[in-house]
Amino acid sequence: MSNAAPGLLVDQVRKRYGDVRALDGVSIPLEAGTWLALVGESGAGKSTLVRCINRLEELDGGGIAIEGVDVRERDVIELRRSIGYVPQEGGLLPHWRVLANVALVPRLTNLSDPEARAGEALRLVGLDAKALGRRWPHELSGGQRQRVALARALAAGQGLLLLDEPFGALDAITRSDLHRTVLQVRQDRPLTAVLVTHDVREALLLADRVGVMREGRLEQLAPPAALLRAPATAYVARLLERAEVVR
Amino acid sequence: MTNTHRLLAVTGALLAGAAGIGDTQAPAGARTVVVASKPFGESYLLAEMFAQLLEARGVAVERRPGLGATEVAFAALRAGAIDVYPEYTGTGLLVILGASRDTASRDVFGTVQREFMSRFGVRWLPPLGFENTYAIAVRRETAAEHGLRTLSDLARIAPRLAAGLTPDFIGRPDGLPGLAAAYGLRFAEVRPLSQALKYRALASGAVDVVDGYSTDGLIARYDLVVLADDRGFFPPYDAAAMVGAGVQRDNPRAIAALSELSGRLDERLMRELNARVEVSGEPIPQVAASALRDLGLVDRAGEDTTSLGTTGGATSFGEYMWSRRASLLAQALRHLWLVGLALGAAIAVAVPLGLWLEHERRAAEPVIRAIGAVQTIPSIALLAFMVPLLGIGAWPALVALWIYALFPIVRHTYSGVRDADPDAVHAARALGMTPAQVLRHVRTPLAAPGILAGIRTAAVISVGTATLAAFIGAGGLGEPIATGLALADTRLILSGALPAAALALVVDGLLGLVERAVTPAPLRHAAARRADERR
Repeated sequence: MSNAAPGLLVDQVRKRYGDVRALDGVSIPLEAGTWLALVGESGAGKSTLVRCINRLEELDGGGIAIEGVDVRERDVIELRRSIGYVPQEGGLLPHWRVLANVALVPRLTNLSDPEARAGEALRLVGLDAKALGRRWPHELSGGQRQRVALARALAAGQGLLLLDEPFGALDAITRSDLHRTVLQVRQDRPLTAVLVTHDVREALLLADRVGVMREGRLEQLAPPAALLRAPATAYVARLLERAEVVR
Repeated sequence: MTNTHRLLAVTGALLAGAAGIGDTQAPAGARTVVVASKPFGESYLLAEMFAQLLEARGVAVERRPGLGATEVAFAALRAGAIDVYPEYTGTGLLVILGASRDTASRDVFGTVQREFMSRFGVRWLPPLGFENTYAIAVRRETAAEHGLRTLSDLARIAPRLAAGLTPDFIGRPDGLPGLAAAYGLRFAEVRPLSQALKYRALASGAVDVVDGYSTDGLIARYDLVVLADDRGFFPPYDAAAMVGAGVQRDNPRAIAALSELSGRLDERLMRELNARVEVSGEPIPQVAASALRDLGLVDRAGEDTTSLGTTGGATSFGEYMWSRRASLLAQALRHLWLVGLALGAAIAVAVPLGLWLEHERRAAEPVIRAIGAVQTIPSIALLAFMVPLLGIGAWPALVALWIYALFPIVRHTYSGVRDADPDAVHAARALGMTPAQVLRHVRTPLAAPGILAGIRTAAVISVGTATLAAFIGAGGLGEPIATGLALADTRLILSGALPAAALALVVDGLLGLVERAVTPAPLRHAAARRADERR
């Protein structure tokens, strides 16, 4: 398991769907070990950007590099296996037990003892492999399922994590439990991460940098404190107001 | 040996078995003559007489009784799948040659003999000596009440009567359409009824008029009045043996033997023989043997080689079924063999096709709709289409059953794979499963219950459709049904229909267990929970 968190460079990326410019010249340099949160309304291009990083979507222009290597120069399967991914609905395979789900990527990449790695990843997200490993996904609560999905992303173990609205479907209490878990994981593991969220509070709480997106463009990219102190545009100010985070 | 190799070996062996079916190995030098009949009593009886006579003259014979209707039997004769069957000159002229009644000369036999030879290379042997024309019959009370003696009499009161006619008769030009025009007949109602049902429907009063054959044993059994064809509408229906090109070329001995029957039968004799089969329920081989003996054509009874015919009516249904156990078991196994082979071949094609269509979604709907369109062809018609292409016997039946089984399997496979948990599929892709791994580890197991449901549907349909395969000589549990329908023998029909229904239930039940077994445990649970919530 390579624990080195990689640097990520998003450079002038463009992506169109027909007439819609989903990404219109977005650039984000992200140092190794930083957490970036992308906020903005639906359709702003947050998820599209994340999907371009692990090439679920292909860019129309610009480039994305991980540790200086353009993602398009890498084998797409190998690339995806090297990136942890947590979708909103968890996306656990319903016919695989919890431990098998978490061991998915280690098994695909033929790592030694995938189940031990899976157990370790479950421990990181605060779950007991012995108690839950043999369960089916449908036997878990919604919060547990998202923890398992997070563990599965961590078990990929290459230091880059993409989280696409991972806690959006959870109730407030469960969500704040998971926030604590994520903060704990950040302490235990050096990780570079991109978190897509609707929840501005979540972004401010979990990320080192927050990118506000609007209609395929980046309105502002700043650390949480700077964002709160000096919104760059009226749109950013309104977004912060609405989230009731402005003092 | 890999699984694939084993599968190929098994498939090869089964196909070799299929190819063997229908080819009875002839002894060197003497070609086996395939004797066939159409599915009604007199045709069975004449064919059996042909067969016994040929055997008595040292010609090896294979029997293929009860082939579909005129189209199927004649297509089989032309294709060389059968060598001889009894046909009627009027049918040959109007149905096969498609001549209109106006152009039909009086010398019908001369016409069909000439035309069949020049067009098809098929030879009519000299007529057997009796005519079996259509007979329009009514109950004795109806005739007495309305003073009916002729078809012209019938035309007067027809608007107050309901007719129960064979579908064949309703459709063919020498049947109802021509008759209605010639006599100005217009019935209050025309109901298509099978050969076996129409006499019972008439006797019970459900209909007032039926079409029959003038030599029918059942006309006597139900005490019916046959109305005279006073305008001479029906052309002569002289019975004769119709012989295919192969026998004419290679087997003069068979031609000579069959010709011995020419001119030897008359209407009175045929009516009596038919009544022994249809009214008294004597086995056909026995009636044929005694007829040939009485005609001085053979010395002793022919071997009882077929399972046709009925046994005496005194036994209970249970005893009757028990007495038929050996042939029923053979027919049930044959039935299962037909269904199993066709279903296996359909799975081998339809499941991969359904999986492939999931990749080529644009092709999916047109392809599935095209396969579905074939499904709408009535099964008996599809079977009949197969005869000119593949002859008769197992092959055309297997192909037809295979075609029917494709649709439910393709449809369920495609939709099952397409709709398999999209979130799980998305995550599996995003985490680096190859498309093949997604298909194998995610889509297919999640779609397995759906795929199995499609296979299950196809299997049950096939068990039902396979009963019709008997009409093209493929055997199975349809055999007693077809024969029973032809002879108006309810017990014979049930002896095929009940086991076929039981077979369908058993197959459905077993595949239900398989469906449970291939459903991943958590999905089973989810399905059960959904069912609970609905309650």
